[in-house]
Amino acid sequence: MSTTMTTTDHNKTNGSGKAEVSVRNGNGEQTYQTTFSPRFDIWEGDEELILYGDLPGVDPESLDIEFENRHLTIHGKVCHCYDDNRMLFSEYGVGDFHRTFTVGEAIDSERINAELHDGVLTLHLPKSEDAKPRQIKVKAN
Amino acid sequence: MLATRWEPWTEMNRLSREMDRLFGRGTVGMGSPFAGGSYPALNLWEDDDNLYADAELPGFSLDDLQIYVTGNQLTIKGERRAPEHDDGTWHRQERGYGKFSRMIEVPGDIDGDNVSAEFKNGVLHMRLPKSESVKPRRIEVKAN
Repeated sequence: MSTTMTTTDHNKTNGSGKAEVSVRNGNGEQTYQTTFSPRFDIWEGDEELILYGDLPGVDPESLDIEFENRHLTIHGKVCHCYDDNRMLFSEYGVGDFHRTFTVGEAIDSERINAELHDGVLTLHLPKSEDAKPRQIKVKAN
Repeated sequence: MLATRWEPWTEMNRLSREMDRLFGRGTVGMGSPFAGGSYPALNLWEDDDNLYADAELPGFSLDDLQIYVTGNQLTIKGERRAPEHDDGTWHRQERGYGKFSRMIEVPGDIDGDNVSAEFKNGVLHMRLPKSESVKPRRIEVKAN
């Protein structure tokens, strides 16, 4: 695990490849709403970090991304529009997506931008100027 | 001695690892979704006239997918490519890539000519009309 991006989720993964997280409400009681932890790829270049996340069923209007105090929170709402009455078989559950990352690099939060295409989130986190690698010139006497 | 020898077994192992990665076998990270031959997961339900199948396929488009129906068999094939970067570092790679193929048998024959599929936000929705012979038929009971 890298130190640049860490995540606090340690979830069990079910057959469909989605990790299930049980949500508790304010009273500490288990609720029936299931939240899933989406899968992410994280790439780091000289200029920026790019996160690719699988969020099937999330449309851009129902996706919330917050970046505050080095914590990146991604929450996608998914409409559970099934009529379960005559389900023949169900191999995956449908529910909201939620995941939190802690970003170790200094990020220029003003320039963060995100795209969502075909259920894949592409999130660009540009590094702030002082975090970029700099070439040090060595002077010879 | 040569600095770089040709080591056929090392080459073979590397090739084998590449194949495993491509087909989702072996120890690919923390349970690649493409592993196990059961990708994609499907939800299947029905009403009187149709069967409906949904699958989560983020990052695919209808062009990347092939859907076949024969009798009561439904086959989905497709491929997803990884985003390409020349340099930089991958810190995390949890999403799966490569080719997949899955065949399921559904209860009852499907009218293959009228299957429709649509993609919405990375979820594939398929409507599979039941063929006439398997639709429930109402039997009129005559009273004497």
